[in-house]
Amino acid sequence: MPDVPTHDDLPADILRGLTSPRMSRRSVLQLGGASALAMALAACGVSSKKGATATGTSASAQAKQFWADKKQTGTLDFANWPLYIDVNPKNKNDHPSIDEFTKQTGIKVKYSEVIQENASFFGKIQPELAAGQSTGYDLMVITNGTYLDKLRELGYLIALDQSRMTNFYKYASPLVKNPSYDRGNVYSMAWQSGMTGIGYDPKRTGRPITSWADLMDPAFKGKVGMFGDTQDLPNSALTAIGVNPETSTEADWKKAADWLKKQRPQVRKYYEQDYIDPLSKGDIWVSMAWSGDIFQANASGASLKFVVPKEGAVLWTDNMCIPQHAAHPVDAMTYMDFVYKPEIAAMLAEYINYITPVPAARAVMRHDAAKATGDDKASLDELVSSPLIFPSPSDFSRLHRYRVLTAEEEKTWNSLFEPIYQS
Amino acid sequence: MSRSRLSARLAPYYLVLPGWLWLALFFVVPTFVMLSVSTQTGDIVSGFKQTFHWHTYVEAWDAYHVQLVRSLVYGLVATLLCLVIGYPVAYWIAFRGGAHKSSLLFLLLLPFFVSFVIRTQSWNFMLSDNGIVLSPLRHLGLIGSRFHVLQTPYAVIGGLTYNFLPFMVLPIYVALERVDRALLEASADLYASSREAFRKVVFPLSLPGVFAGVLLTFVPAAADYVNASILGGAKTTMIGNIIQTQYFTNLDYPMAAALSFILMALLLVGVFAYARALGTEDVFEVNAR
Repeated sequence: MPDVPTHDDLPADILRGLTSPRMSRRSVLQLGGASALAMALAACGVSSKKGATATGTSASAQAKQFWADKKQTGTLDFANWPLYIDVNPKNKNDHPSIDEFTKQTGIKVKYSEVIQENASFFGKIQPELAAGQSTGYDLMVITNGTYLDKLRELGYLIALDQSRMTNFYKYASPLVKNPSYDRGNVYSMAWQSGMTGIGYDPKRTGRPITSWADLMDPAFKGKVGMFGDTQDLPNSALTAIGVNPETSTEADWKKAADWLKKQRPQVRKYYEQDYIDPLSKGDIWVSMAWSGDIFQANASGASLKFVVPKEGAVLWTDNMCIPQHAAHPVDAMTYMDFVYKPEIAAMLAEYINYITPVPAARAVMRHDAAKATGDDKASLDELVSSPLIFPSPSDFSRLHRYRVLTAEEEKTWNSLFEPIYQS
Repeated sequence: MSRSRLSARLAPYYLVLPGWLWLALFFVVPTFVMLSVSTQTGDIVSGFKQTFHWHTYVEAWDAYHVQLVRSLVYGLVATLLCLVIGYPVAYWIAFRGGAHKSSLLFLLLLPFFVSFVIRTQSWNFMLSDNGIVLSPLRHLGLIGSRFHVLQTPYAVIGGLTYNFLPFMVLPIYVALERVDRALLEASADLYASSREAFRKVVFPLSLPGVFAGVLLTFVPAAADYVNASILGGAKTTMIGNIIQTQYFTNLDYPMAAALSFILMALLLVGVFAYARALGTEDVFEVNAR
């Protein structure tokens, strides 16, 4: 083997070092390899992504500075959830409320239904925001809870221009003004709200459902659907055991987890989003459900019922917010305030069927109903009187917000509730 | 050493260089980053820091060994079912397909023109409690009123078998197609019955195809999460679902990475044990093809 380097090529001192018995060459290489590996592993560390998170006065100062030189551009990229805006009955890609917006402001809207889930959408935009790049959206709709908190804490949201929120401050319901998850509406304005209660098929259950305890009824064994998440499932379980989630303690969480474990043998599946189809087909008879889903399913022929259980239910709000590096922030602000006009809020509510953030929309809808005839009139009358869209004060007293968790609490929370739906 | 001799000696290495770069860029580097992430601690808001916290692996195993083992079992059962169903199909196409071989292969691949998720979702439609299969059976009194298929392990394993069947059939078909037909004549000349000819000639020659098919089926089936999330229920969670939740919902990247590594290790051990049992010669033979 002529090409193997011989010891003669090496300087004597190095040769001595390499052949020294105290540490064989092989182990030197191994050590070198190991430390190189360790260094490289360490180099891969993900550094803190915490950006400029500001609250109170510093936020408003920052916002002023940010908004000072921003101009309207005439375009808006809007990321929303599917089936979450009004549609023209003749063309489902046409949204009358957006057309009206373009007519009044001259701003063209690129509307995309790209959000299927808070978690996966966060996963999609997080790398871009962490790298300081634009997500391509000026406006997005995120549910209050884990992901809105994360977006805010990470400094991924632009503080809103409070001077461009006149309709909001005039018409927004107290429910969404200054909410516990975003004090002072620094980063968000509500799109719609909804309740997580119980949906059921009265023909199959054979009796009305009134309480979370009904999900324990052995008659429904294998016909019960629950949500497989760490938000609605645990918070609803807390209301089921008579605790207000917002002020719950770790001891309460354990009790709620025990309640869910006891209920588990009843459960057919812990659903993500896909419970409404099996519920209308009869695979399940009774399920945790979102108010608007039941309303929409009934509009397309199902005969399901939604109930706010007597122990209470969770109220959530989907919020419009502006991600960092948005290209058209002024246009986004203009749109956010625009949807708080009662006539626009009514256009949206008539289609979406969730709780509108603008109570004055009810008068507009009543007016529309008076003008309408036949089926249109009947369905509008139903909407106006629906407690799912305009809940009564007594309903509100039974609705609770999600528990806001610190990072430390979240670990405990997840380890208690995740094994229930993932096992 | 002259320059030309050196470059001649290095030429083969230059030729494989693109392959190595490809592997380094798309396999070695990501694997390494994932390994690094798996030993970090922290959370998404305050950032993850490298602390060489290998204990995450212990926590991952403690919390999720049930789902890990379940995934391997589901993957194994689905692979065996694919083999039992797929081998006769491949054999039939290779030896009895005649002029229609390519049409038959096209039919086999036809479902691939529809998205994986939609194909799985359509099983959800067909097997629903009051759907087109169970409803008539219930009316005939053959099944009880609470009998259901969806959300059971049978549904998940069935979905896996259905979705990965072509991955089993194709390599076996290729192996069978290459069997020299003269060997069959020779075995007949030597008074072998057709059963004996199959057992002693055809089947051993098709083993490389079986080996490849088993790998192509078992590895993705054990790591799959689509079937479990669409067809599964409260007690059929697979490790893929857990990794997805850890990554996207909990944003616990170290745990997700550690689980991925454990899964990868288990699969590698399984594959090597299997290669060993079947004889390494066959593995090389597969590689050579």
